[in-house]
Amino acid sequence: MTATTSIRTSPQKTFSDWANRHRKWLFASPAMIIVGLLIAIPLVWTIYLSLTNSEGSVRSEHDFIGFDNYAEVFADFDRFWPAVWRTFLFTGGVLIVELVLGMAIALLLWRPFRGERWVRVAILLPLVATPVAVGMMWKLIFDPNIGFANQMLAFFGIPAQPWLSGELTALPTLMFVDIWQWTPMVVLILLAGLTSLSDEPDEAARIDGANSWQRFWFVTLPLMRSTVIVAILLRSIDALKTFDILYATKGKGGGSFHEVETLNVYAYGLSFDYNDYGVASAVLIIFFLLIIAIMWAITFRRKEKASK
Amino acid sequence: MKRSVIRITGIATAALLLGSGLAACSSGDGGGGGSETLRVTLVNHVWTDIIKEKIPEFEKESGIKVEVAQFGEDQLSDQYNVKLNAGSDEIDVMMYRPLQEGKLFAKNGYMADLSDRVSENADWDWADYQEGPVNSTTYDGNVVGVPIITEQEVLYYRKDLLEAAGLEVPKTMDDLLAAAEQIKNENPGVAGFVARTGKSAAVTQFSSFLFSYGGDFIDKDGKASVNTPEAKEAYATYGKLIHDFGPDNVSTDMSWSEAMAIFTQGGAAFYTEADSLYKNATDPANSKVSDTVGFAPIPAGPDGSKAYNVPSWALGVNEASGNQDNAWKFIEWATSQDMTLEIQKAGVPGARTSVWDDPEGISTYPADLAEAIAISTKNGIGHDRPLVIKVPEAREIVGEPIVVAITGGDSDAAADAANKAFQALLDDENK
Repeated sequence: MTATTSIRTSPQKTFSDWANRHRKWLFASPAMIIVGLLIAIPLVWTIYLSLTNSEGSVRSEHDFIGFDNYAEVFADFDRFWPAVWRTFLFTGGVLIVELVLGMAIALLLWRPFRGERWVRVAILLPLVATPVAVGMMWKLIFDPNIGFANQMLAFFGIPAQPWLSGELTALPTLMFVDIWQWTPMVVLILLAGLTSLSDEPDEAARIDGANSWQRFWFVTLPLMRSTVIVAILLRSIDALKTFDILYATKGKGGGSFHEVETLNVYAYGLSFDYNDYGVASAVLIIFFLLIIAIMWAITFRRKEKASK
Repeated sequence: MKRSVIRITGIATAALLLGSGLAACSSGDGGGGGSETLRVTLVNHVWTDIIKEKIPEFEKESGIKVEVAQFGEDQLSDQYNVKLNAGSDEIDVMMYRPLQEGKLFAKNGYMADLSDRVSENADWDWADYQEGPVNSTTYDGNVVGVPIITEQEVLYYRKDLLEAAGLEVPKTMDDLLAAAEQIKNENPGVAGFVARTGKSAAVTQFSSFLFSYGGDFIDKDGKASVNTPEAKEAYATYGKLIHDFGPDNVSTDMSWSEAMAIFTQGGAAFYTEADSLYKNATDPANSKVSDTVGFAPIPAGPDGSKAYNVPSWALGVNEASGNQDNAWKFIEWATSQDMTLEIQKAGVPGARTSVWDDPEGISTYPADLAEAIAISTKNGIGHDRPLVIKVPEAREIVGEPIVVAITGGDSDAAADAANKAFQALLDDENK
């Protein structure tokens, strides 16, 4: 009797019981620890750097200066705040256009038609190109003197436009490039959502005499809500961190007037061009918090609605 | 049903993102390597193309295996920023820009001291190197690099356009302004003048204008001096040349490749640029104007014709490298008199006096170019950008008035603002 109790309460037994109950965590833990460290170490290091005056080399001596870098960044109305504004203008702008355009194209492709496969392949082409190559290509097209865009305008007798080189036109031009490249992905996501919808609600609405716009607005769109949110999430994360096409077309600092300098380009310039690691880290931490706040807002609203 | 769709799209996108992420990461480096393997990091340049062809000879001679990593200029500085910052020993020999990164790297302790090595071998002859370039590769009295490529700014021009307009090659800045204006007016679609316009990129080519007008970025007392009357005039002239007589749709992003493209496509009569790029203009494969292009010294300003004469690239050794002896062997081989002569004949101006004195050293150059180079080597200024630690930041500050002038703004006011910002940067560095 005593023997059995001792077996039951032996440490090994307790452990294996515990391990049995928690096995899904136990087996996953090595991977989780490694991934956690891979996220935590750079993050902690960046937070630490953002509180120092590190510059030149991260290995050289630096002092702990508290929140001075943050104060400096928040007071910077020349580069930082315009960069924040451009980041959100870019993200918001491309997101709206890509969603509307993506939904329109997805609806067109929804019902089977002849040559459907070819059209789908053609639409997906921009998606498979490397962003840097895309940037280089559009840079050539938009070259003010020898570029295709201005040559074509000249053919129609329209004066040449500054496109990428203009202080005010550069950002909209790059938004157009982003829309050109990424709308296909939105189409892909929305089309997957559309094809999985069942036909019954739509048919019911049709019998009730709803016209096609009403059927789209009151039946299809509400059913598509979660798919649309996925598209918004994926695209906004991507658009917020857009760097390649901005850098490939306008270089460091986002052009001579910083006209396309988003937070990403700004942070890159601070660390790789100016070697100002302290300030660069502060900008990145602020950017990180901003993204988390936005993503939280999007997903939180979704959960709230779902629980209703 | 809906959930599975989300899951599938989620997985698909995740796979997509992962795929592109992996592709982006795959450009790592060979790794490994004992002391018999030498890792050399070079920039895309004519010099590099030539030396790469020769490397098998060096490998055979020395028994050292050379692994070359080659990058564009921006990618190269990113590589250095990441690897040298981490104290990596993955780079042994590095090709670097003494004027751009030299001070920063030396201050950070990235560069091995080569002082003893350069004086060891009398045959190799360190004393043969031009004084300006040597100064730029010396930090705190220690030699940290060997200059391999020098640059002087020259005036590229179109002989046919000048002839048609009945003009002489401009000798002064005023001549240049007048000639650019006349040619632009007489030839629709052809600009009188083109040059770099990007804020940071233009600074180096603007510097010869600044010097010729009697200015400099920093005065003798170490104070910012980009708003002196001389500097303001230089900004205004450079700006006027491009704003009034430049290409119709001028952008403010042009570096040498864009400006060179306009010139070589026949779009401009005059172009001021580094001589080391002359092959782009004279090679029929790249240039529509290859047989009508001429070269002249920078037109004289009130202070004469003062082009920059700088070492644009040098070879250094990574302080963290465990292979410094072999690294030096490589540098010694790549910078020998014979090699320098051969590379210079292929169109890359070097830094060795003996090669310049040797008639063979300039035998392959267009005669007018060789003449222009000779003049700039004689009165040239040893820098083409502010010589500070934070060069990229300084370039953006002193480049601001250039952009303002190009776009027809108030460049005097911009120069005053730039001077204030530049002084703040100098104060910060001298703290």
